[in-house]
Amino acid sequence: MSNWIINHGLSAFILVVWMGINIFLFVYYYLFYDQGPQFEYTRELLGSALPWARAPAAVLNFNCMLILLPVCRNLLSLLRGSFICCGRTMRKQLDKNLTFHKLVAYMIALMTAVHTVAHLLNAEWYTNSFQGLYGPLASKLSMLDDSVELNTTYLNPVRSNSTTPTLLVFTTIAGLTGVVITLALILMITSSMEVIRRSYFEVFWYTHHLFIIFFAGLVFHGAGRIVRSQQVTDPPHNNSFCEDQPESWGNLTGCPIPQFAGGFPQTWMWVIGPMIIYLCERLLRFIRYMQPVSYRKIVIRPSKVLELQLVKPGFKMAVGQYVFLNCPAISQLEWHPFTMTSAPEEDFFSVHIRSVGDWTENLIKMVENLPEGGQGPKMAVDGPFGTASEDVFDYEVSMLVGAGIGVTPFASILKSIWYKFKDSDPKLRTKRIYFYWLCRETYAFEWFADLLQVLEREMEERGMRDFLTYKLYLTGWDQSHVNHAMVHFDKDTDIITGLKQKTSYGRPNWDKEFEQVKQENPSSVVGTFLCGPQALAKDLEKKCVKYSDVDPRKTKFYFNKENF
Amino acid sequence: MGKIEWAMWANEQALAAGLIYVTGGIVGVAGQFRGWQFAAFGIAAGVFVCLLEYPRSKRGKGTSVERTGQYCFTVCVKAFGPLTRNYYVRAFLHAALCVPGGFMLATVLGCVCLGIASLIYLSAAIHGEHWEPILPRTEPPKRVGDSIKEPPQNPPPRPPPELRRKKADKLETAAYDNPMSVTVNE
Repeated sequence: MSNWIINHGLSAFILVVWMGINIFLFVYYYLFYDQGPQFEYTRELLGSALPWARAPAAVLNFNCMLILLPVCRNLLSLLRGSFICCGRTMRKQLDKNLTFHKLVAYMIALMTAVHTVAHLLNAEWYTNSFQGLYGPLASKLSMLDDSVELNTTYLNPVRSNSTTPTLLVFTTIAGLTGVVITLALILMITSSMEVIRRSYFEVFWYTHHLFIIFFAGLVFHGAGRIVRSQQVTDPPHNNSFCEDQPESWGNLTGCPIPQFAGGFPQTWMWVIGPMIIYLCERLLRFIRYMQPVSYRKIVIRPSKVLELQLVKPGFKMAVGQYVFLNCPAISQLEWHPFTMTSAPEEDFFSVHIRSVGDWTENLIKMVENLPEGGQGPKMAVDGPFGTASEDVFDYEVSMLVGAGIGVTPFASILKSIWYKFKDSDPKLRTKRIYFYWLCRETYAFEWFADLLQVLEREMEERGMRDFLTYKLYLTGWDQSHVNHAMVHFDKDTDIITGLKQKTSYGRPNWDKEFEQVKQENPSSVVGTFLCGPQALAKDLEKKCVKYSDVDPRKTKFYFNKENF
Repeated sequence: MGKIEWAMWANEQALAAGLIYVTGGIVGVAGQFRGWQFAAFGIAAGVFVCLLEYPRSKRGKGTSVERTGQYCFTVCVKAFGPLTRNYYVRAFLHAALCVPGGFMLATVLGCVCLGIASLIYLSAAIHGEHWEPILPRTEPPKRVGDSIKEPPQNPPPRPPPELRRKKADKLETAAYDNPMSVTVNE
């Protein structure tokens, strides 16, 4: 239980606070519209459907304000940089921005459903009131016309007998914008289902831009001021006395005709801030798009891996960060994320790109057809964006786990270590690093094995063999591997990678690994960093919780995951 | 937009539309709205659409992810053969089912969503897609040699005990070499 608190406490607290605010808003505005005296006559026409519509509206205001913020990646990078003083637990929360975005989206969807159902009832009952189905008081209130000569203001937006609920919705600003933005919301949600997002990201990405229509409609949704409250008249209109005799309104001194006015639209006040922030975010991405990027070197690695070494003026990076690349020649609107494989100490930045889909395949084909020594296609770069790997050097002991293509950020980290060591950088707090490399087959990662070879040599030269312990796991072995290993078992270097550290076959036994780390580092704070599949993340997270000790003098494991 | 299978998105959209149709219908009937008959139709049509759309189709390329418990629905939908396999039929069916929803406010949203789903299905049909059931794989388990099931009953044949232990002075006539020395106190 206490281990759970260490690893998940802050997230749970933030969720509780968010939910608490939602519940407070809902209950407060429900009571405001359910008991407020200025809405007594409105409630006469609508019953409790009025507060049932207004309460989710308040929650919607709050959540529509929140939803744009987690996806402003430049803003988050800025926050992350300024939180260096506040400890890593705070910064880890910024990793979960997409989870929060989805949670807020679910709340918006739920509240939209409640709000829409309540308004369906409202539209029907307004229509019924006008047609006299609810008694004399309701009829009198509905008959109040919006007329300057008669000095009356209307309450019921239905103004004629031929108005049906459908007509009411489609001829009012609130109704029309409501239908349009609900439709946009539904399309956004169906195209962001996991199945669609993982397989056809473009559909998700382009459809999600309907949020522009969503926010535009949302801001104008209240412009018609269709929710009306009773105003104070002179002499005042005494509701409890006058409601039993609607026919004598205007003729009795205590019962002048009641006046109504529409509520001031408030949604724009909630969402204008985040909308401006998001606009700045997109503007920043565009400015970065216009900045010139030149190629320092292009290398085609074995197994269809493309290494691009790029130079951009004013570009500064930290270890394990990623950039978004856009190549207008392939697609004007698509930005794809790639982790950088170079260290910040180098004067260029590099990415290793594997052929996995349309965009990457096109890029590799284009580069293959380039003349010798020619410049590559025009490329735009947005970033760099921070990830958890920036924290690697803060931990005394780090466990780095890279699965398959997830090994890429660790190329940057290991190179940076090498540079820091050579320069004896005092900022390096790390005393030991355990590196676990899991992959199905080693082709497409020969470039990484080369890097490890170089590091191995350097470590040996300086007598620092303990600093870096790396273990390689080949999870896709078969009989031919076994045969090969049997024949060459007494060779000094590994037959597959050429490294001194032998490759193990199959998946690692994490219990054993964590035990080993715990034993070798009895009183340290260990940071576990993973770049790999979700299933492995769950596994490692559980192990971190299991092997962490609440006692501050003993070993504690913290789990960090990269996410794209 | 590379190799998109439109049917996958159409399926999500149609399922959502079915649920919205049902919800709108329930509100219309429960609130006894004017035109509640259209709402009642909306409930029926919505339920039918949900049942039809619940089982996901097998993807042309890549791994298909089933919805929980969709197997029984797959079997039912498969039974209709070409009617459910062909996406033109589905597009037309959804278009027809959505029309009555437009006559009443509560079901209007369901109508429009189902209409959009119908259009996406039309696009899928034009691209030549069709519905394939996801059936559990009936791969025979790996056949192990039969002899592995029958361990030997008897130990392997050995020479009688007198000949087995090699006496130190009779090394040449012994049946085999001792791996360890048999003399005492060594």
